[in-house]
Amino acid sequence: MSQTLDYLKETASQTAGPYVHIGLAPGAAGFDIYETELGHDIVGPNAKGDRIRVEGVVTDGTGAAVKDVLIEVWQANADGFYAHPEGGGEVEDGFRGWGRVISDFDTGEWSFETVKPGSTSGRDKSKQAPHLNLWIVARGINIGLNTRMYFSDEDAANATDPVLNLIEWVDRRKTLIAARTETNGTTVYRFDIRLQGENETVFFDV
Amino acid sequence: MTKPGEFYQRDRNLQPPAYTPSYKTSVARSPGLAMISLQNSVSKITGPVFGHNDIDPIDNDMIFNYAADGESAIGERIIMHGRVLDENARPVPNTLVEAWQANAGGRYRHKKDTYLAPIDPNFGGCGRTMTDDNGYYFFRTVKPGAYPWRNYVNSWRPAHIHLSAFGSGFCQRLITQCYFEGDPLIPKCPIVQTIPDQDAIDQLVARLDMNATIPLDSIAYKFDIVLRGRRSTLFENRLEGN
Repeated sequence: MSQTLDYLKETASQTAGPYVHIGLAPGAAGFDIYETELGHDIVGPNAKGDRIRVEGVVTDGTGAAVKDVLIEVWQANADGFYAHPEGGGEVEDGFRGWGRVISDFDTGEWSFETVKPGSTSGRDKSKQAPHLNLWIVARGINIGLNTRMYFSDEDAANATDPVLNLIEWVDRRKTLIAARTETNGTTVYRFDIRLQGENETVFFDV
Repeated sequence: MTKPGEFYQRDRNLQPPAYTPSYKTSVARSPGLAMISLQNSVSKITGPVFGHNDIDPIDNDMIFNYAADGESAIGERIIMHGRVLDENARPVPNTLVEAWQANAGGRYRHKKDTYLAPIDPNFGGCGRTMTDDNGYYFFRTVKPGAYPWRNYVNSWRPAHIHLSAFGSGFCQRLITQCYFEGDPLIPKCPIVQTIPDQDAIDQLVARLDMNATIPLDSIAYKFDIVLRGRRSTLFENRLEGN
């Protein structure tokens, strides 16, 4: 016999279920309870950089929209710093860099407004291309799915991104790149997430 | 003093896999391809920081936070309390814990819930709190009822409270469900059984805690949440190039 390692075990995940909105977005569940719901304002009023809108739909293995999904966003500011003691530098007053968004119950479409993040430092002196970290939970998803959204107008940075380059199937990298469009003067990035099947989005074990 | 290094990798042998066909909704919502493993970067060791200004003191009291003046929620009054720890058994202080649940009859206050058990007019069913410096948190609520769901024809969820916790890094983000000691529905539930490890299931069952029970007022249950731990940087390369 050997000695025992005295670590605790991580609590097991469970699905967020169909009523996740009650806890994390009660207004959408149909009632008003908190003074301030968290996650609506990702970057605050003072954030530098380009204001953008991100939108998409999450689809299941049959191609149907997932209408009860909740997505959390975690991102750096325009300088590439996260609002965290280990985030690399100072961020603007009011910049949290975290948001929470849910899909429309009828269409499954979701969207949020933010600023485009800057490049962040990667491991071993590498540079990561601008990206949003996304965490997806819903009924039928037993443990939150991690993915990243990159930007279609950052080809040069994307080409040297250390994470995109880890994906050996070059064709799959494009599932992480949101397409830029302009709508009425607003910069919009479209990012559809396919949970399963053809063009399945890349998910990460982080 | 050693610096904090990378987070321990998630033990996928005790976490539920994506594809668990007995839980039918997972069949079409589980990725078919393997996840790509990433070493930590600044994007994952950081995460949102919340403060007490973000929430109100009443937010952790589900008996009163949606009740009319002079009223309170109907049901078995309980205190749900515990600590948020990491795998090194260190407390996770000042982190946000959110909770949601059905009422005493198993009915959720959600426009999509059509179960025939009635809504309690004085019960919303959500709460949130920040852990203190010792990682301690507590909620006051009513014990939720079991409820039926369309999986098998006769499937019932055990009484449970959904819990969400953050930690300091976004890679610690966790949503789970807390069950109650002795509930005979636990071993029958396909959602519980998505977890492949019996010890990990047992870790989701809150224990009756008579010491914390308030006489003539509320029964207490204790539920600790364990988030991923972080090792100390000893010899290896720094995470970042700075």
